[in-house]
Amino acid sequence: MMMRQLLEQIESWRSQGSAVALATVVEVWGSAPRPLGSKMAIRDDGEMAGSVSGGCVEAAVCQEAEMVLASGDAKLVRYGVADEDAWSLGLSCGGQIEVFIERLC
Amino acid sequence: MQEIVFEALRRSILDKDVVALATVVAGPGVGCQLLVWPGGQTLGDLGSPRLNQRAALYADRLIPDHKCGRKAFDREAQSVDVFFEVVAPPPKLVIVGAVHVAAHLLQFARELGFETVLVDPRSALLKQERFAGADRRIGTWPKEALLEAGIDDSTFVAVLSHDPKIDLPALESVLRSPARYIGVLGSKKSHQKRLATLQERGFSEEELGRLHAPIGLDLGGRRAQEIALAIAAQMVAVHHRRTGAPNDAD
Repeated sequence: MMMRQLLEQIESWRSQGSAVALATVVEVWGSAPRPLGSKMAIRDDGEMAGSVSGGCVEAAVCQEAEMVLASGDAKLVRYGVADEDAWSLGLSCGGQIEVFIERLC
Repeated sequence: MQEIVFEALRRSILDKDVVALATVVAGPGVGCQLLVWPGGQTLGDLGSPRLNQRAALYADRLIPDHKCGRKAFDREAQSVDVFFEVVAPPPKLVIVGAVHVAAHLLQFARELGFETVLVDPRSALLKQERFAGADRRIGTWPKEALLEAGIDDSTFVAVLSHDPKIDLPALESVLRSPARYIGVLGSKKSHQKRLATLQERGFSEEELGRLHAPIGLDLGGRRAQEIALAIAAQMVAVHHRRTGAPNDAD
């Protein structure tokens, strides 16, 4: 899902007064399940929309997003087979991805 | 993302404008963003005027193909990684003919992210509940309706009415348009007849060669849902410049 498709969800969350983080796939190596620019929005209570992988790293991204929402500092995180956490989360496709996580406004 | 950048991005999306978003993802100024519109207008700041300028030039090259990309720039002897994404309006599907297959194709197209327009001069047919999912319904004759629908180089056209009174004028309108895809429902035999008529009306072999007819990939199904799926699958293949052959084909 790209920015355009997420907009409605983001606006609805923001209108309810929730803080929202955005995660974007900014680098892929090998066979990654989602193309560059794929996005996920994360609400401050952990609710998600969109995806950055085939479902394997979303939970980890969600945890990072909580920290980004708290600190306000954007962050670049790499997931892949070399990363033990990512392996246990099952990015079994053999690819690596880098995800940029930022707070909206 | 700053409020002012988000607001401008939101406005561009709602206005169906194309815009590129550049974000510093590594190096000094992480999180800084710049929006770049075709023609060079910008909003935001990546941290230095020179970086803004170079990023805007780079974005301009990605915009025509709606591509994403990451590029390293030098900023005062330090390297800055900028990620670029182009936010573009959705591709449009114009369906000619408020027929059974159209109802199913509308559902697939919607799921695939197409903006949908349904055209049929038999305006009573258009009002059916099953077509309520269309973004727009236009109840005039094809020539006028297709002009109103707006056909550009990201528009897909599926001509499904099976009635030459509707299909032929629709084809005459779109064959010389920049449409990305033109598919026509009907057997090979009826298509031969259609080609002969269009040739008589002055269309060249090259122009007629643009037609996907019979429409859709060869999935074999005859039910309306199956035909709609075959059409949707062909649209996806064309969108990604693929043939639609199986992945295990040589």
